[in-house]
Amino acid sequence: MSQYAYYPGCSITVNNRAYDTSTRAVCQSLGIDLVELKDWNCCGATAYMAVRELAAFVLSARNLALTEQQGQQEMLTVCNACYMNLNKTNRYMAEEPKLREQIGAALAAGGASYSGSVKVRHLLDVLVNEVGCEAIQARATRKLEGLKVACYYGCQLSRPYPTFDDAEQPSTMDRLLEAVGATAVPYPMKAKCCGGMVMSTSEEVALKLVKGLLQCALDSGADIIATACPLCQVNLEGYQGRVSARFGSKLNIPVVYFTQLVGLALGLTRQQVDLGRELVSADRALAAYV
Amino acid sequence: MAKALTQTELSQVFLDRIYGLPEGEKVKLCLQCGTCSGSCPTSAYMDYTPREIIASLRAGMLDRVLKSNTMWMCTSCYSCTVRCPAGIRFTDVMYELKRLAIAYHLHSRFARAPALSRAFMSVVGRYGRSAEAELMVRLNLATNPLELLRLAPMGVKLLARGRMPILPERIEGRESLRRMLAWVEANDDAHAAQEVV
Repeated sequence: MSQYAYYPGCSITVNNRAYDTSTRAVCQSLGIDLVELKDWNCCGATAYMAVRELAAFVLSARNLALTEQQGQQEMLTVCNACYMNLNKTNRYMAEEPKLREQIGAALAAGGASYSGSVKVRHLLDVLVNEVGCEAIQARATRKLEGLKVACYYGCQLSRPYPTFDDAEQPSTMDRLLEAVGATAVPYPMKAKCCGGMVMSTSEEVALKLVKGLLQCALDSGADIIATACPLCQVNLEGYQGRVSARFGSKLNIPVVYFTQLVGLALGLTRQQVDLGRELVSADRALAAYV
Repeated sequence: MAKALTQTELSQVFLDRIYGLPEGEKVKLCLQCGTCSGSCPTSAYMDYTPREIIASLRAGMLDRVLKSNTMWMCTSCYSCTVRCPAGIRFTDVMYELKRLAIAYHLHSRFARAPALSRAFMSVVGRYGRSAEAELMVRLNLATNPLELLRLAPMGVKLLARGRMPILPERIEGRESLRRMLAWVEANDDAHAAQEVV
């Protein structure tokens, strides 16, 4: 059984518990041992970097240091922003001696150290490249046949580092969901931006981006959007009313986490994948699979 | 503190800060092809597009950019970074522009994005974690309190689905984290603004 230090990230624990719950349930079902990183802190997200560069790197580095200290080699996360920030910190520490020295000194001031040994993985990478689509297909007791899914990857999963998927046209989620019986519709906007935190600061601009993403998913014939990022989920789901009001067209489509769909296919219950917390109900789209 | 800078010297400080980023010198290789602006999902809403920012940076006119809305439209989608034929990590440049605008108080007092960043830094510094409810309250109290009324219905909906905890989560190692961040404040002068005449 493979073991990972699990880094849930703030967004998951704060307002996206369904992603956390369904991640744990899917991993348990597939024999992936998640050991939650003890005392993890915020990765810095996008906002911290806008004020302090070094401190933002130190925030991520503390988590990498904790992973080493707790005897783990690999860290697993499910949030795109956490994934990118932790990877970026790892890379910049390896490439920039001065930065590595400064981060090391800051960690030391708080009684920690980091040698650079931790590998950061996204759950999507682990499911497709470690467990494998074929193995998951073999375990799927409830095929998602007939479900048309728009797989939405967002930005920071594959940019700036296309570690396990294409930077602009990723396909891992499509392959994973196809393996469990769903139809991944062609979704050209799959890695375009949802606006991220700009939704909280310049809503008018972000609404236009979300409108484009929702319209494209509906035009592609999707019943549901699957995401791999908690912020994307909130932006795509929570603002559908405002997008519809602003642009005068009814844009209504449920947005769930890819882990919830994989979980259902693995035979998990609605409760185990924590469906029911959506703002746009997924009940009708998923009625045949729960 | 060193002697006050003239505007010309300040332009050089801005440039040096950008060249000092990891791979920052690559900005000098910009061929003004505009791939960054064409790839950017929000460039249409920026006062200056990414390509124009590099042009103004090299012309010593970065202060205009820093006073504009430009970098606050950047969503950190990294499309420009992965496409730039010169290998410029433009998203990192945008972050530096944000830091400069904040350090030199060049943005409007009521601008939401800098207020959000400051509130976020304060919340994470105290708890070690983000705390959505407090963040939104602080952001809007600092910029436009009426906005809280407009956001309230969404907050209530999230609350009803167990998606808006009122109380923050705190890490155990807050003191250790505080010492790390204090070390940065004391030893890293990259964010310190110099006096300008």
